[in-house]
Amino acid sequence: MNATVHRLARSALLILALLAAPPFLGSAAHAQDISGALAKLTADSYADTGEAIAALATSGHPRAAVIVESIRDGQLEFDEPSKTVAIRTAAGVLDAATGAALATPPAGLSPVRVNNRVRSALAAAMGALTLMSPDPAKRREAAEAVFKSRDQGALATLEAAIPKEADAGVRSAFSAARAAIVLYKTDATEDARVAAGEVLRARGDQDAVATLRGLPADTPKRVKDAAEIAAKSIETSLALWASVQNAVYGVSLGSVLLLAAIGLAITFGVMGIINMAHGEMVMLGAYTTFVVQEVIRAHAPGLFDWSLAIAIPLAFLVSGAVGVVLERGIIRFLYGRPLETLLATWGVSLILQQSVRSIFGANNREVGAPSWMSGSFEVGALTMTWGRLWIVVFALAVFVGLILILKKTPAGLQMRAVTQNRSMASAMGIRTPFVDALTFGLGCGIAGIAGVALSQIDNVSPNLGQSYIIDSFMVVVFGGVGNLWGTLVGALTLGVVNKFLEPFAGAVLGKILVLVLIILFIQKRPRGLFALKGRAVES
Amino acid sequence: MIRHFLENGLDARVRIALAVILAVAILVPAANLLVPEGSPFHVPTYLVTLFGKYATYAVLALALDLVWGYCGILSLGHGAFFALGGYAMGMYLMRQIGTRGVYGHPILPDFMVFLNWKELPWYWYGFDHFAFAMLMVVLVPGLVAFVFGWFAFRSRVTGVYLSIITQALTYALLLAFFRNDMGFGGNNGLTDFKDIVGFNVQARGTRAALFFLSCLLVAGGLLLSAAIVNSKLGKVLVAIRDAESRTRFIGYRVATYKAFVFTVSAMLAGLAGALYVPQVGIINPSEFSPANSIEAVIWVAVGGRGTLVGAVVGAVTVNWGKTWFTGVLPSFWLFALGGLFVLVTLFLPKGIVGTWSEWRAKRKTATPADASPAPAE
Repeated sequence: MNATVHRLARSALLILALLAAPPFLGSAAHAQDISGALAKLTADSYADTGEAIAALATSGHPRAAVIVESIRDGQLEFDEPSKTVAIRTAAGVLDAATGAALATPPAGLSPVRVNNRVRSALAAAMGALTLMSPDPAKRREAAEAVFKSRDQGALATLEAAIPKEADAGVRSAFSAARAAIVLYKTDATEDARVAAGEVLRARGDQDAVATLRGLPADTPKRVKDAAEIAAKSIETSLALWASVQNAVYGVSLGSVLLLAAIGLAITFGVMGIINMAHGEMVMLGAYTTFVVQEVIRAHAPGLFDWSLAIAIPLAFLVSGAVGVVLERGIIRFLYGRPLETLLATWGVSLILQQSVRSIFGANNREVGAPSWMSGSFEVGALTMTWGRLWIVVFALAVFVGLILILKKTPAGLQMRAVTQNRSMASAMGIRTPFVDALTFGLGCGIAGIAGVALSQIDNVSPNLGQSYIIDSFMVVVFGGVGNLWGTLVGALTLGVVNKFLEPFAGAVLGKILVLVLIILFIQKRPRGLFALKGRAVES
Repeated sequence: MIRHFLENGLDARVRIALAVILAVAILVPAANLLVPEGSPFHVPTYLVTLFGKYATYAVLALALDLVWGYCGILSLGHGAFFALGGYAMGMYLMRQIGTRGVYGHPILPDFMVFLNWKELPWYWYGFDHFAFAMLMVVLVPGLVAFVFGWFAFRSRVTGVYLSIITQALTYALLLAFFRNDMGFGGNNGLTDFKDIVGFNVQARGTRAALFFLSCLLVAGGLLLSAAIVNSKLGKVLVAIRDAESRTRFIGYRVATYKAFVFTVSAMLAGLAGALYVPQVGIINPSEFSPANSIEAVIWVAVGGRGTLVGAVVGAVTVNWGKTWFTGVLPSFWLFALGGLFVLVTLFLPKGIVGTWSEWRAKRKTATPADASPAPAE
């Protein structure tokens, strides 16, 4: 007990001493001879071990890497009285300096002890030693280790390695590591140190900022100022990247909102029907995806990557069919009574939710992601999942498709005719009830398609639709009723605003703020961003 | 003036309803407290509490009928005012716990001690006084409704747009009250109440008294609403409901009328919430959920909107059905409620009371049909 306390106290003192001293004082002694370093390893002191490792790293001795590795792996042993340093391997005990097997290993061999201080010295030494590794990934890793440790001893190795390096990525990592060393090298010229700061600026990440800011107080003013300017410029560009990230994530959220709201833009925006069961159409689409995946898992596992492609038309048909039945069965009796339509469709939404709950259970259902939607990729300083990217693409595709249907097909022409002037359209021979059912079915079918996409990012549960209904209405009202472009702009704006508010307001408060902003916005422009003008407004 | 109102303003429907409510208000507590247990006329305490809950729902429905039935404002966020009143009462009840909480802190409620709050937030000051709390019960919902209504009505947000932003209002409040930082107990809300003005909230006597008060509130709300709708102000409200633009062109300040009735209605809802909380023993953010507010709308629709009495009848009927269904066939309640929404809007647009009056008027062909026009959208 007492001995442990004693040893702990001694270690603490040693660590303090090491922290106070500039690192790797011993590295000045360049020599092929490693006997001094090996002698230090037998001292059984953390400070000496650290110095020995640093000396080994810069020695250029062919055995240095093996010895350092063996310390890291706990294989290096020593015997104080005979000054023996040996590596214990499965094959036997080898002499550290020569690699020859020891015929009679001393009985008192004990392992070289390692603490955190020694470990970081080890990492730095390994960094310097593996800079010459044939594996580019290893070289890069080593450069990063040197960048962090700023081991002056690695400078010569780096300078020798940079011109020979073929891999551009590794070379820039080498230059950054070299720059970090030079920046902190008190005997380097000021010009060289300033130039090093510029190299770090090119690296441009948080680590570079930390390195630039971490210069000791006695650094010449010119160097320190240049470092500060470089750090500032990196921070500016990082802030820019953060904004880009917010914008991209905002577009991603906006595309989800767009998917959820675009069907509503048809049923509410174009037809003027308040469909509170819209969220449930989304939910039905998500459950269709679930069923499709279950069938594929059971009968044709090879088709799994195609499951979403198969689910899209099916979800459109399921939700669209429910929509047509809803329109023919209930809503058509309530045309011209929007508030009662609201109540009746709310009732339908309760029934649909409870039906799904009875059939599939109240728990979340597992919907898998096909391989091409899993994983993520990086652009600059921002990470994006493939799933999110595909949803943005998909939302835009659905939007364009819908615009084309409305503007370029005969059915779309009839839909627009009926909503603009019902009696005139009827007089021209358009079957208005049929077109009503078709339009409503289209809106609901689109909601079903949205459900396929949303099943990838949200929990598939009977309550799925509930979480989107208010957001969807907000998007349509904000964008302006009767205008698909308004829905697009509204969804993307709300998504981006939400993401920009999140960092300093938090997710929930951000959402509340957005709701409050919309409520205020509706006061200002009761008909939304892109209001219809003319006679249609009053009807 | 009051005599004039009592003689002419109260139609037969309201008078009968008042008589029934007062009879229930006296008979149910009497049957609970005076009739011995085991007697077939004994009403168990849990039923008294249940009926008390129905009574507060009836007041909420009444408040909604006042704005929807008579002024055409379909609020999908009236549950928010109910919950705000409930939170004000809940804060009073929390302060009454004193040192009897789990942590025994002299000032802070348990959840604040748990969340490491050091002192009482400023907006909790004063809630240890009953009078102040009661003032807040009407003032807070009233103020929220006034500010919200003033802006909304002045910019002529009407119809479904108004419905949707009222829904957004209650949704925003739901999200806000879920936050722990708000200082209203977050997800768990306020609960574990002990005393109300010195009486134990669990005691039979207190429960009977709360039931009696709830019935009085129904009666009072009915009188107040009848007074409003039968006054000249009420006629203007109906005019706004049926032809808003025309009323505006004649020279009435439509926004002011709407803001007034919306605020009164919100205060009534707040009072209902305040009586609801001590009877159910908890208030949490789920009371703000948009679904609750829409459910209140269906009570009014079932009973018959624009009839006042219908709102009371609807609230009690639907909630009775809910209690029965959740006891017998829990999974079918949502089917029944959903079906009710569809069937009532399709086949019973005037609700129970409206249809009944129409049927009575048809039988008495000698007298002219009910003069009040059908509610327009």
